[in-house]
Amino acid sequence: MDAVRFDDVPAQRSTANGAAPGKVAAVTVSEPATKPRRMLLAEAVASLPRTALYGLAAFVLLVVFPVGNLLMPADSALHVSDYAVTLGGKIMCYAIVALAMDLIWGYTGILSLGHGLFFALGGYAMGMYLMRSIGTEGVYHSELPDFMVFLDWKAYPWYWRYTEHFWYAALLVVLVPGLLACVFGYFAFRSRIKGVYFSIITQALTYAAMLLFFRNDTGFGGNNGFTDFKRILGYPITAPSTRIVLFCVTAVTLLAGIAVCRVLVASKLGRVLTAIRDAESRVMFSGYNPVHFKLFVWTLSAIMCGIAGALYVPQVGIINPGEMSPANSIEIAIWTAVGGRGTLVGPVFGAAAVNLGKSWFTQALPEYWLYALGLVFVVVTLYLPRGIAGLWARR
Amino acid sequence: MSLQTGAGGDIRSGATDGRPLTPGVDTSHRAILYLDSVSVSFEGFRALNKLSLTVDDGELRCVIGPNGAGKTTMMDVITGKTRPDEGTAFFGQTIDLTRLNEPEIAHAGIGRKFQKPTVFEQHTVFENLELAMKADKRVRPTLFARLNSSERDRILRTLELIHLVPDAKRPAGLLSHGQKQWLEIGMLLMQEPRLLLLDEPVAGMTDEETMRSAELFLALAGEYTLVVVEHDMDFVAKIADRVTVLHEGRVLAEGSMHQVQQHEQVIEVFLGR
Repeated sequence: MDAVRFDDVPAQRSTANGAAPGKVAAVTVSEPATKPRRMLLAEAVASLPRTALYGLAAFVLLVVFPVGNLLMPADSALHVSDYAVTLGGKIMCYAIVALAMDLIWGYTGILSLGHGLFFALGGYAMGMYLMRSIGTEGVYHSELPDFMVFLDWKAYPWYWRYTEHFWYAALLVVLVPGLLACVFGYFAFRSRIKGVYFSIITQALTYAAMLLFFRNDTGFGGNNGFTDFKRILGYPITAPSTRIVLFCVTAVTLLAGIAVCRVLVASKLGRVLTAIRDAESRVMFSGYNPVHFKLFVWTLSAIMCGIAGALYVPQVGIINPGEMSPANSIEIAIWTAVGGRGTLVGPVFGAAAVNLGKSWFTQALPEYWLYALGLVFVVVTLYLPRGIAGLWARR
Repeated sequence: MSLQTGAGGDIRSGATDGRPLTPGVDTSHRAILYLDSVSVSFEGFRALNKLSLTVDDGELRCVIGPNGAGKTTMMDVITGKTRPDEGTAFFGQTIDLTRLNEPEIAHAGIGRKFQKPTVFEQHTVFENLELAMKADKRVRPTLFARLNSSERDRILRTLELIHLVPDAKRPAGLLSHGQKQWLEIGMLLMQEPRLLLLDEPVAGMTDEETMRSAELFLALAGEYTLVVVEHDMDFVAKIADRVTVLHEGRVLAEGSMHQVQQHEQVIEVFLGR
C-alpha cells in the first residue's frame, strides 16, 4: 500500500486543519443563549411591522409635509418651510440613487463609480423639456434657449426633436441611461471586467461624459448647463403648490422604489445576485449566466438613477456637467456605505444623513466639509462595516 | 440511498443562456467523456500535453498524479473555464465542450466540485441547494420562480443524503470544512448531472466523514459517472474502479489500483528518481 504515495502528507495536514474550525463552528453557533436585551429606540422602530413603517413614512411625507408647508401659518410649530421642502425633495432623489447603488454594489458586489452619470443623463433629459417650456420668455425672447442664441444657432439640433413633449422627455429619462448602461454593461460584463477595474472604467466613463457636456458645441449649454426654468406641464415651477406636488411625486417614487427592490432581493433572482457577489464561479458552474443577471440589475440601477435625476432637476432648478464629476459618483458610494450595504433602508438613511450633514456643514464650516465627509467614510469603514443599518441589525 | 434525481434519459443539454433544451447526452458507445490529444499552455508552461482520456458512462474514475500534473487544468478544460490550444473534448458522442461556456456545460449535465469548497456562504444550506437545483436559470424565470412541494421534497431528500438536515436553516458559511464539501456535492446532485467532477472531495474531512463519502460515491456510481481527483491513496484504493495516473500533462498509466501500483514508471515518478 505504501508503493504510491506522493503528496498525501499535505492532504493529512489539511484534514487536521479542516476538522478544528468545524468543531469551533459547531460550538459557537449552537442555539442563541437567552441574552438580556435593552430596548433601544432604534430597536423599537425596527421591531415595528414593516407595513407600519411604510405607512408612517408615507404619512409624514405625503401629509405632514404638504399640510405643514401649504396650510400652516409661518409662525406655527407645525409649519414646514419652503427650504425644508426643497431639501427634503433633493434628499429623496439622492436616496433613490443610493438605493440603486445598493442593488448593484451591496447586493451584487459591483462597485460603480459612475452612477452620477446616469443621474445626470436623466436630469438632462428632463432639463431639455423644461428648457423648451420656457418658450420665448428667455433673455433674448427667442424660440431657442438663450445659450443657443448666444452660439448663434438658428435651429434646434436633431437630438432636441420632440423634447417639447413631456412624455417624450420622460421616455428619454428612462431610455438614455438604460441604453447606455445596457451597452456599456454588456461589453464590460462579457469581458469579465470585475472589481476595481470595473470601478475605474465607470469613473472614466462619467469623467469623459463630463468633458463632453462641458463643450458648448455638444448642445447642452456647456458648463452652465440648463437653468432659469419657468414652468412644468404649464404650472409655474417655483409656485409652492408645484413644489409640493414634485415633492410628493418624489416621495411616492422613493417608496415604490424601495418596494420594488424589496420584491427583487427577496426573490430567487435576489439570491442569485448575492451568490454572484459571494462566489461567482459557483454561480456559473451551477448553470446561471452571470453576465445576464449583472446586466439586468445594472441597467435597472441606471434607470432608477435616471428617474431620480429627472425628479431632481425641476426641484433644484439647475443641471450642469458638475453632476457628472467623479467626486459626485464617489459620494454616492459613500452614502450607501454609510447607510449599510446589502440592506434596503440603510442606504436611504445614509443618503439622508450625509446630505443633512452636508447642508449643515456647508453653511457653518464650508471649507471643512470634504474633510468631515472623508472622516465619516473612514470611521464607518473601520467601525461600522455594515453602516448605520448594522447598528440595529439583529445579528 | 434512494436518489430520485435524473437517472436515465431526461437530462437535457445543448443549453444556451441557462435554458434547458431537450436533446440528451448520447452515450450509445458507452463512453460519456472523450478527451483527445488536448494541449494547454500557460505562457510557455505546458499544463496539458496531448492528453487523451475516455471515461465510460457510470464509471467511477480516480485521477491521481503529483502536483502540476495537470489534474485541475483537465477539469478546467472539461467545464469550459479553459479553452484547449489543440485537441477535442466531447461529452457523449455529440456535445463539443470546447464550444460551450461554463453555464452551458453545467446545463449539459456536468457538475464540478472545486478543490476549495465553494458554496454560497451567506445563504442558508437550504437556499444553496435551491439555487443549484435544475431549473430554467434565465433571468426572468428566476425572478418569478417559486418552490413547489415536489421541489421542496427533492431538496429535503438531498439534505438527508448529505446529512445536513439539522443545518438546513444555517448559513453555509458556518458549516465545518467537511460539511461544506458535502454541501457542494449536494449542490451538484441538485443540478441532476450525468458526470460529476470532484476535485479533492475528501480533503479536510475527518476519518468518519471520509468513510461516509466513500459510501456515498460508491452508491452514486452507476447512476452517475464520477471523476475524482484525490491525493488520499487509501481513499482512492477504496473507491476506484479504474485509476488514471497523470504526469506532466499526459496519461502515464491507467488500470486498476493494483495494476497502477505495479507500474514501473509510476513507481519511478512518485517514489523519486
